[in-house]
Amino acid sequence: MNAIIKFADPQASRLLRFPAHPIAGLAGTSFKHEHFSAILAERPAGGFFEVHAENYMGAGGPSHRALESIRRDYPVSLHGVCMSIGGPQPIDVAHLARFAALVERYEPALVSEHLAWSTHETTYFNDLLPLPYTEATLARVADHIDEVQEAIRRPILLENPSTYVLFRDSTMKETDFIRELARRSGCGLLLDINNVFVSATNHGFSAHDYLSDFPLDRVGEIHLAGHAEQADDENEPLLIDSHDGPVADAVWSLFDIVAGRCGPIPTLVEWDSNIPDWPVLKGEAMAAQAILNRYAQTFAFGSTHAVR
Amino acid sequence: MLSADPSSLGGRAKPNYGAMFSSALLKPEQAVPDCVAGPHGRTASRRYSVYRNNVTFSLIEALASIYPAVQRITGVEFFRAMARFHVRANPPRSPLLFEYGRDFPDFIEQYEYAQPLPWLADVARIERAWLDCYHAADAEPLSATALASVPAERLAKLVFVPHPAVRIVRSGFSSVSIFAANRNAGPIAPVHAVDPEDALIIRPGQDVVVRHLPAGGAAFLTRLIEGAALAVAVSAALEATPSFDLSANIAGMIEAGVFATIQDGDPQ
Repeated sequence: MNAIIKFADPQASRLLRFPAHPIAGLAGTSFKHEHFSAILAERPAGGFFEVHAENYMGAGGPSHRALESIRRDYPVSLHGVCMSIGGPQPIDVAHLARFAALVERYEPALVSEHLAWSTHETTYFNDLLPLPYTEATLARVADHIDEVQEAIRRPILLENPSTYVLFRDSTMKETDFIRELARRSGCGLLLDINNVFVSATNHGFSAHDYLSDFPLDRVGEIHLAGHAEQADDENEPLLIDSHDGPVADAVWSLFDIVAGRCGPIPTLVEWDSNIPDWPVLKGEAMAAQAILNRYAQTFAFGSTHAVR
Repeated sequence: MLSADPSSLGGRAKPNYGAMFSSALLKPEQAVPDCVAGPHGRTASRRYSVYRNNVTFSLIEALASIYPAVQRITGVEFFRAMARFHVRANPPRSPLLFEYGRDFPDFIEQYEYAQPLPWLADVARIERAWLDCYHAADAEPLSATALASVPAERLAKLVFVPHPAVRIVRSGFSSVSIFAANRNAGPIAPVHAVDPEDALIIRPGQDVVVRHLPAGGAAFLTRLIEGAALAVAVSAALEATPSFDLSANIAGMIEAGVFATIQDGDPQ
């Protein structure tokens, strides 16, 4: 099993507000308020829900009531979108305090953020923007992760990005950069397999090679999502990480390979725009669960390394 | 003291990648930053445009989700053009998108092409207040019993603490009726109202409710929310509206949950 579950449980010593629903081996979906009544009516067994932290940073109101209800019945993954961990400027301490308060309030099973940035000076761009991979950015981003982990008193999972450009200044491979970040900061990793496929297509490398290089032993969660296709200046395919459709076949194949190597890691199907009816999204999660279950049996018999 | 931080070296320091990369995101006329490329050093114009599109498109979407009635009134194309101007001139200053667009109603009021719709800015103000109400802190509303237990001789000096979710939008147009007719999907009901309408935006249970305040109600509640004593607020309401109905307004404000607690106005 993976390293991430060896981290000390920060909640072990105190009283919990919510049940400690285990998340190991489960497939889940993004939690969208438009699905809330369908979820309440169906009360699906198993699974987990992931929420974007920023949507719950209001003081009160119906969004908190909905998340409290979901959290009582299911494991929840708290996914931060705009901490700008990958940015050159210091972490916004007010934002970090809000994030820490949510971790405290909802006791999520998983906490994650992105290797990206979205704020420059005071302007928030609402997109996950890329960074150059250099010794200097490595040191700064590792410091940012330390700061976040100290504030929330537990490790985060850091997500690999999808990118459309490369930086001329980069001196390291993304996989080396991420491995070293995890080693220095002690963070776990969120492996977004759609992002791997999107970036591999966009930059002309092999997704299989990327996954072979990736420190899979630190992966605590997997993301799957749909993407869209455009063309670049040379009319080569340019994939967009759009989260607006079903998971692509090629991404399912890569997921199967990763699940075979890592065992049943919590796996999320993201769908953030053109959101379908609940049964469609749930169907995607059930497809992921079937793959996880297949490998759960293999791993239950202790053959973790035999399948590598 | 000398600093080793290169960012303190003023004009000689190379700008960081955040400054370089973001410089052209909201400026379509500006060249793609030199720091980025496609594979093998190839040109990255369309690639960089993905980020430009993501930024502008997602922020227009954010405004559309905060201001759905405004978008229904103007139509999608008009709204998106107006929103694009606003996004480029006034991008968010906070990573919390539900805080975005506070200056959009004022922008609409000044927007040249929206001049034939003079009520549009007030409808936008109601929608912005709706979202603030939605995310405001939770609190138990003041009960009728609590108010009834105040001795009559103390009523005049009574001060009310507003519920965190309450908002009032005053309008010279029939903005509440126009808002209500356009806020939800489905056929748009014809609006017959012609009189000015003040809006009370409140969250009595789980759901945000927008009500049309009776005459004098906005003057009365605004003073109370500001912390004026009951007698002062009543005078303000009567001044604005000689026919102001005090008991109906008090009953209405309790029923709607406008206030959370009461304080005895007499400093001890």
